[in-house]
Amino acid sequence: MHATVPQNRFEELMNEARALTPADTREQIVAAIFRTSQAICNETVTYTNQAKQYETEKLDRIFTSKLWGFPIMLVMLAVVIYITVAGANIPSSMLASFFGWVEGYLTLFFQAIHAPDWLYGLLVLGLYRGTAWVVSVMLPPMAIFFPIFALLENYGYLPRVAFNMDRLFKKAGAHGKQSLTMAMGFGCNAAAVMSTRIIESPRERMLAILTNNFVPCNGRWPTLILLSSLFMAASYTGGWKTFVTASVVVAMVLFGIVVTLTVSWVLSKTALRGIPTHYTLELPPYRRPKIWDTILRATLDKSIYVLKRAIVVAAPAGVITWVLGNIHIGDTTILAYLANWLDPFAKALGLDGYILMAFILGLPANEIVLPILLMGYLSTGSLTEVDGLRSLKQIFVDHGWTWLTALNMMLFSLLHYPCGTTLVNIYKETKSKKWTFVAFALPTSIAIAVTFFTAQLAKWFGIV
Amino acid sequence: MAMNEYTIALAGNPNTGKSTLFNVLTGLRQHTGNWPGKTVVHAEGFFTYNNNRYRMIDLPGTYSLYSNSADEEVARDFIIFEKPDITIVVLDATALERNLNLALQVLEMTSNVIVCVNLMDEAKKKGIRIDTKKLAATLGVPVIPISARNKEGIDTLLKTIDSMVLGKIKTNPITVRYSPEIEQCIEKLIPRVKEVIGDAYPARWVALRLLDGDMSLLRAFQQQPLPSVKEVSIYACHGPAKSI
Repeated sequence: MHATVPQNRFEELMNEARALTPADTREQIVAAIFRTSQAICNETVTYTNQAKQYETEKLDRIFTSKLWGFPIMLVMLAVVIYITVAGANIPSSMLASFFGWVEGYLTLFFQAIHAPDWLYGLLVLGLYRGTAWVVSVMLPPMAIFFPIFALLENYGYLPRVAFNMDRLFKKAGAHGKQSLTMAMGFGCNAAAVMSTRIIESPRERMLAILTNNFVPCNGRWPTLILLSSLFMAASYTGGWKTFVTASVVVAMVLFGIVVTLTVSWVLSKTALRGIPTHYTLELPPYRRPKIWDTILRATLDKSIYVLKRAIVVAAPAGVITWVLGNIHIGDTTILAYLANWLDPFAKALGLDGYILMAFILGLPANEIVLPILLMGYLSTGSLTEVDGLRSLKQIFVDHGWTWLTALNMMLFSLLHYPCGTTLVNIYKETKSKKWTFVAFALPTSIAIAVTFFTAQLAKWFGIV
Repeated sequence: MAMNEYTIALAGNPNTGKSTLFNVLTGLRQHTGNWPGKTVVHAEGFFTYNNNRYRMIDLPGTYSLYSNSADEEVARDFIIFEKPDITIVVLDATALERNLNLALQVLEMTSNVIVCVNLMDEAKKKGIRIDTKKLAATLGVPVIPISARNKEGIDTLLKTIDSMVLGKIKTNPITVRYSPEIEQCIEKLIPRVKEVIGDAYPARWVALRLLDGDMSLLRAFQQQPLPSVKEVSIYACHGPAKSI
């Protein structure tokens, strides 16, 4: 015979308990358990090699300290980006000149076989140039950035970053694990959206999904680094130039994190209300990574993967852009027509029609936004050979770019809608058209609002 | 003579060699699947020792049993509702302090506990010495140092299991002392808990969970038919455990 649990009485009991409960019960309970464990260990565990035991603890006391945790993170980020910017310039220029040199021979070849102009335009000016630019501006920073990042990861520093960030996310009403999914977003937002499965609570998981896009992914790092080095540090030279460039990129990343936290906080107070749940994060011991192994793997896995993706998507996009830029309706091209149509709105955001169009056509992958933009500009007749970063800047300047255009493009890139792959993943994970739409519309509105604000502010103060 | 069957639950933090021990004890006699209605892997295996048959459940590896996740709920519900005859808690000797947190939580839920301190070989290499006798005295339950992957200490473990099911071992689990504020609340609640759900569940632990506002436990209790006191004793000795 079974007596069923007296449900209403149990619920009654629960309410009774709740009335008694002090606010920080869980903390008190956990603290008592921890204290007991510690006391037991003090009695029963002895160490014959003290120094060895405390290595990790000693380092953790520094890396995760309340005082030093954040400054160290900031310095690490700045150093990584500084090395990336400083190291990428020369190989970028070398690659660009190399591709320019090859283009000369390609041109000769097409002339020798008497190829029609449209074929030469399509293949060399559209496809080849676009791809060449992508490779020369994207490969060097990636080949430096990813291995350094992987070294930090394998050394065991990244889990400490998550540990530090945990406090902030909890204050924002989100789950501490969101710091992990955010960290993953620095690599790829689409993968990070899948990784939010580690968060059990649907509410907190949705927060993590909706805000993941605000940190730059693989596809957007090169854009940020390139634009920052071309425009933000223009009046500086030498080491200062690199320093300013890196600072701007770091500021972008920090701004992205601030937006992530703010949006999480606002959502957790409104549409996704609730209290954050607890979790345990195991910090692995620090170990010296296998340096060459890590570098090799990061280069092969990440850099080549991203580059391949960029080229595979960029090549057809280059062709399409070139075609759109060379088919005339009346006396304007389709591309110019579209760009002109978008221009008034884009100008209000401190961008231009071509930039906005590049973002729209770049929906499938963030990697191709910059290439599409370049191809769009190139197709307007200002034919610039691929021969170095200076001429790259010239293309932008010829199209009326200022530092504000670069800043706003960086901001828009940082904040705008997630790429197509990410949106597909969001739909798969949430099974909801409504939330997928929110994941698209929310960042887009923020991107528009922020760039509009910056543009108008700059105009108001007359600093452009 | 018919063999008695006993149920053993295996609890522990992730990466403590819990599954290694599970494999050493049960060999190939294992079934894996999912816990009913949950996407949590359920593994059970069988072994016999000294004319007794044992059914062993490898609970999901967790850091706590505070129902933060489906894993933790599964582990908690098994210990509370299925009442295994023995719960073995596997601890990592190289991180004893952190691992003890889980052991202390299990000891609040049941007194039929054996603590296995695994990875003793690795701890030795790192210069960590653990006084397991003292640990056993403090915790109030048997503590067996083992190295599952080297199959060291398994014999002692099996003998201890045998003694425990035969009632030759008397345990006296440590009670974690909470802040005076919490202790006062517990004291008030315990008589009420006993009144509502009887003696079938550890009253102090239930009181703590109530204070913690653990809604998932409320749901678990609502799904659970409460066995009458008489049935509990039969259940614990012979009854094949039902799934939750």
